[in-house]
Amino acid sequence: MNFNWFKLASPPAFYTLAGRLIPILWGLTIILLVTGLYWGFFETVSQLGGNNPQKEYYRIIFIHVPSAWMSMWLYFVMVVWAAIGLIFNTRLSFMMANAIAPTGAIFTFLALWTGAFWGRPSWGTYWDWDPRLTSELVLFFMYIGYMALHSAIDDVRRADRASALLAIVGLVMVPVIFWSINCPDPNQCAALHQRSNLTKIDSDILFAMLTMTFAFWAYSFAATFIRLRTIILHRDADSVWVRELFTNGGR
Amino acid sequence: MSEFLAQGGYAFFIWSAYGMAALLLVIEVVQLRTQYKAIVARVIRAARLRQQF
Repeated sequence: MNFNWFKLASPPAFYTLAGRLIPILWGLTIILLVTGLYWGFFETVSQLGGNNPQKEYYRIIFIHVPSAWMSMWLYFVMVVWAAIGLIFNTRLSFMMANAIAPTGAIFTFLALWTGAFWGRPSWGTYWDWDPRLTSELVLFFMYIGYMALHSAIDDVRRADRASALLAIVGLVMVPVIFWSINCPDPNQCAALHQRSNLTKIDSDILFAMLTMTFAFWAYSFAATFIRLRTIILHRDADSVWVRELFTNGGR
Repeated sequence: MSEFLAQGGYAFFIWSAYGMAALLLVIEVVQLRTQYKAIVARVIRAARLRQQF
């Protein structure tokens, strides 16, 4: 393997690579979305009957859990790129972190929103200051804070470093969210949110939920790469490679 | 079809959740495309200007 990974760390090389990957990722997203939604709505109908019947609103799980997972995962990935940027001072890493944030914020908002519309019929309330709900809300504010801080500083390099540091500090929220439902003593922290256990889920529901998770994951890649290409062009607008890319009939 | 849309009486909750997810993702995709096209147009304009002088 004589493949030089560092070559991909340069904006021109990654710009081209991302451009090739985006159509594949869109295709993957659509196939997974259609499969996941079909399976979720039509192949899990048996859950409505039986000994422990579900009400139709269980179908929110197919977007709620994937959104919540993506909200935490994207934050983690964003922090990894921000940290790599701070340590190695690589331009592309900061751009990557920048490109992830808006998509992460959207999935965090969706986790809260879909959770509210699940909570209302099952718990009788749209919102409660339950540990998991509250910590997920804080994660949403971390994304917003990261983007706000970045746009508030005019010098891009300083903005990159300052917001990267903020993102790293905010990483503390991810394990808090993750373990907030496994509270050892329910009397001490009354958690409204159910504990999650993948082994107890019906296999058809699990299949649809995991398919939707991969759909959101492929979507996140596609969206992030498009945003990354836009950011690269913005920052390198005056550079020779960008000029050549668009004068020699390239895309 | 109408039975599917009714979702056993939980239509409001299910379609509010799915509707917001669809809306936000569509808005994001449209915005991403618009922004990308805008920067490409700007770069091409700048490159042409440079060639003329």
